[in-house]
Amino acid sequence: MSDLIERAVRILESVKGSEEIEVYLASGVDTEVQSYQGEIEELTNATSTGIGIRVLRDGASGAQVGTAWAGSLDDVAIMDALREARDNARFATEDEFTAFARPDGVPAVALELTDPGVANTSLDDKIAMAIELERLVRSGDPRIRQVDSANYSDYVAEAAIVSTTGIKASYARTGAYVSVEAIANDGSDDQTGWGLSAGRSPSDLDVEKAARDAIRRATRMLGAVKPASFKTTAVFDPRTAATLFAIIGGALSGEAVVRGRSFFANRVGEMVAAPIFTLLDDPTDSRHFAASVFDGEGLACRRNVLIEKGQLQAFVYDTVSARRAGTASTGSAVRGGIAGSPSAGCRALQLIPGELDQAEIFRRVGNGVFVESLIGVHSGVNPVSGDFSVGVTGLMIRDGQLAEPVREITVASTLQRMLLDVVYVGSDLEWLPGSAAGQTVAIENIAVSGT
Amino acid sequence: MLDQRRVEELSSGRDRGAGIRVVVGETTGFAHTADLSERGLLTAAQAAATVARHGGGGVREIALGPLINHASVATMLPKDVDKSRKIELMKLADDAARSEGSTITQVSVALGDSSRRFVVANSEGVFAADHQVRTRFNVTCIATGDTGMQTGYRPIAGTRGFELLSGEAVAEAARGAARQAITKLDARPAPSGDLPVVLAGGSGGILFHEACGHGLEADAILKQASVYAGKVGQQVASPLVTLVDDGTVEGEWGYLALDDEGRPGARNVLIENGVLTDYMWDYLRSRKEGRLSSGNGRRQSYQHLPMVRMTNTYLLAGESDADEIVAQTPYGVYVAQLGGGQVNTATGDFVFGMTAAFMIEDGKITAPLRDCNLIGNGPDVLQRVDAVATDFSMTPGTCGKNGQSVPVGCGQATMRLTGVTIGGAAA
Repeated sequence: MSDLIERAVRILESVKGSEEIEVYLASGVDTEVQSYQGEIEELTNATSTGIGIRVLRDGASGAQVGTAWAGSLDDVAIMDALREARDNARFATEDEFTAFARPDGVPAVALELTDPGVANTSLDDKIAMAIELERLVRSGDPRIRQVDSANYSDYVAEAAIVSTTGIKASYARTGAYVSVEAIANDGSDDQTGWGLSAGRSPSDLDVEKAARDAIRRATRMLGAVKPASFKTTAVFDPRTAATLFAIIGGALSGEAVVRGRSFFANRVGEMVAAPIFTLLDDPTDSRHFAASVFDGEGLACRRNVLIEKGQLQAFVYDTVSARRAGTASTGSAVRGGIAGSPSAGCRALQLIPGELDQAEIFRRVGNGVFVESLIGVHSGVNPVSGDFSVGVTGLMIRDGQLAEPVREITVASTLQRMLLDVVYVGSDLEWLPGSAAGQTVAIENIAVSGT
Repeated sequence: MLDQRRVEELSSGRDRGAGIRVVVGETTGFAHTADLSERGLLTAAQAAATVARHGGGGVREIALGPLINHASVATMLPKDVDKSRKIELMKLADDAARSEGSTITQVSVALGDSSRRFVVANSEGVFAADHQVRTRFNVTCIATGDTGMQTGYRPIAGTRGFELLSGEAVAEAARGAARQAITKLDARPAPSGDLPVVLAGGSGGILFHEACGHGLEADAILKQASVYAGKVGQQVASPLVTLVDDGTVEGEWGYLALDDEGRPGARNVLIENGVLTDYMWDYLRSRKEGRLSSGNGRRQSYQHLPMVRMTNTYLLAGESDADEIVAQTPYGVYVAQLGGGQVNTATGDFVFGMTAAFMIEDGKITAPLRDCNLIGNGPDVLQRVDAVATDFSMTPGTCGKNGQSVPVGCGQATMRLTGVTIGGAAA
């Protein structure tokens, strides 16, 4: 760990004149096992390292930044990247808001995000988990006719961010996952179901639960029909609700706001959601798989309340979007690996849980549609206009109970409308991989398209 | 990236490394490394060979053929073009977009190019190299009106160098993106339910990519995880459908001289006059069936395992007149541009997003519609093609599968589907 920081600090010594340099170093070890028919189908062992360098130069009417990256840490690659970043900076438009992060005095919250279990568990044990997962799914129900993929994967990741503007941060994280996709058939049609368990260590994983989930989801979709179009209340399960929250989080990015690409712009203080809706971005909650000590610019992560009891409170900012908005960074810079520049984004969203469990929500909704999986999210949601139209599989809710399965339908509304139409928030908060946790959420006035 | 006339995010990067794959029976071991020294390669090879540790071992001599080396088809390599020229072109696009009207409030232009060289050697004697240069230029516009904001988007992309980008071409793309956003300011919510749909030539090809392309990939077939498994020789589509996957269309976004397993790109007919003729194959899956790969083994980078992927997938043009098809549609939806899509190959259910669409009323294109998804089932929708026109064109896209992205082309002529579910919000 300290190796990475030392290495990064040494690169800063190449700084010339009045320029500033920021170095992001990352390294990782990944293992992935896929089981098929009781044997290892694929086994991947990989070690990767990389560097992202940004160089900032001051001009008459603002600063310019150039970026370069390399997929290795040999000296030649690093020096090439530095030279290329310097050259790129010359072509950037001078901008008074462009700047690197500087220490802002917010203390980092100590979090335990690594578990030695990833490194200490033998490869044989990891392989055994993938094989066991597949076996459990295949033997769990006679209607399961195929297991498309049964995977175990884990990683150990480390990163360091240092800059000539005083940033010096490093962090490490481990993770382990099992996931499985089952195909069920009852003699006529095929249906699929996906199960998953995640943790920071192999010992956190619940292989049986992942298997049960995949079986249940695949088998209860058997016989699904395409209903006629209707308007109804949609109940999203924790996984699909998390997808929804992540999309909403995108529109709460200060970057989208200052660029005029968010339907939330200029609405702080307004009621944008139902009063039961309180949304936080809190990377300091170590229960969240995306928890982090530092953000993508090396500032301490912090708890940001975005929507409180329906009222829009704030956006998340990185350094540049904050300066453009006339405010301070909220410690919310995210970056997509070594090749990505930092930008403002939500990292660890969670909705404050309500008091009702899922069964009680079904009872209160009475009649509606239960949304268990989404398809076409990237093509069907326009985060600028808020238009929302997504393919869905799930089950009908009739008289407060789950009823027949439905397929090949879309649910549509606008994101603006959906937030205001939230009628119930579940107590069943589930921590999931990705930038959002989820719980059961019921939303009214949804258009379901079928035949 | 040029955003609101500001040049931002100038980034360049370099990646090199080796991926080593060891196949023992039905098991694949894989490792990759950025350390290209002999020691680094041996370490990776040992990691990849972990899966073979229970096997017999032993040493076998391999006869590599002479290196087959393909040169790039690009005439202006990205590295030979001054950065300021690239920026000029982006500014030109920005100006062109804004000239379409004052409701255009934002323009963002992205230019990216890549130069990818690889060499593949395997224990069956393949020894081949390719150099793939790709260039992409995207324009996104936002128009603002009383009804809020709407977006327009146009890409230009090819397996070409800077010669792909003429001033005229980028200005035309920019104006197109701007007009699309402005038109959508008057858009009304899309209808909801099953309606006839006319897909304009070009981006409609994504329908075939999703509705059947993924289901014709041999990895899904061999695992019986596709609705098209066991259907070779059967009528799976309307007789108007002849579908081809073709890595040999020089300069197209999905063009490749060699696939990532060293096989030459090829033109493969998948569906002929509605009859399923073959699937797409990579090394691993074709080996199981005792046949040759069809040149569809692709990988995102040396850090990824190859798998069966599409290249340029298109529907051959038909004989109808595009305008006539619209004129003969009393009521339906005209889709001028499709965005991305997604499919569940096991059930055949797919969606794709319409990013520019209009109502068709009395055979005429009328009101613009807001963005929404279409949803359907592959085998079902293939039967519903009832007219294909002559105005063929292609469009570039990025295809994601199991976490890997590769460039692909899609193409088709204007065509009509007798019914697809439109996922709009209108009652």
